[in-house]
Amino acid sequence: MSAYRRAMPSTWWLRNRAYFLFMVRELTSVPIAVYLILLLLMVRKLAAGQEAYEAYLRFLATPGMVAFHLLALAAALFHAVTWINITPKVLVVRVGENRVPPALVAGANYAAWIVVSILIAWIVVRS
Amino acid sequence: MAGSREPLWWLLFAAGGTVAAFLVPIHIALSGIAAPAGLLQETFAYDRMRALVSHPVSRFYLFVLIALPLFHWAHRFRFTLVDLGVHSARRLIAVLCYGTAVAGALATVAVLLTL
Repeated sequence: MSAYRRAMPSTWWLRNRAYFLFMVRELTSVPIAVYLILLLLMVRKLAAGQEAYEAYLRFLATPGMVAFHLLALAAALFHAVTWINITPKVLVVRVGENRVPPALVAGANYAAWIVVSILIAWIVVRS
Repeated sequence: MAGSREPLWWLLFAAGGTVAAFLVPIHIALSGIAAPAGLLQETFAYDRMRALVSHPVSRFYLFVLIALPLFHWAHRFRFTLVDLGVHSARRLIAVLCYGTAVAGALATVAVLLTL
């Protein structure tokens, strides 16, 4: 690091709301990753047998795990909304000479998100 | 971690972020909230869930669902640490973050192959 660069205090993200929300967005990736490891453990318990699997379901029902999953859901929703809102800025869609309005690109992504979520729920739940 | 490999990590970040946005919320609601609450007892019964998850398509899907967002985490966490002022160990942070994601992806493959 250059000796001429002024050191930034590591609390810079507490200075205003935009910086804080940026940091929150970055950190949503942590509970999402932890949830996926818990999901992987569930698959491992499925492979291990019925007893192990059912014990794991009871573990997931403990208050700490329920609280974690509520936090993880909030984090995943925040990530999804910020991700979709950024999409029109990253992905500029053109039809001929005209740019497709950013709101339309984001709207199409929100619609796709809802359809995909319903489809997944249907596949998992239908008996 | 050569500079020329950055596009690869960025691509995995983008793919993982998309998976995390579009697929993860409904999965948390199903397996992390509804199942422990006892709302979907038939759905999450052992035999049924094992049969569903063992299907080759499900296994491939689970690999994508679990492994890709780990790279999304690695990329964000790496730059969060740098943004918080950890400048002296940039290379080490990159190796640890992406290394953890690679280890997680390999563990995912290992678990999915035991089904």
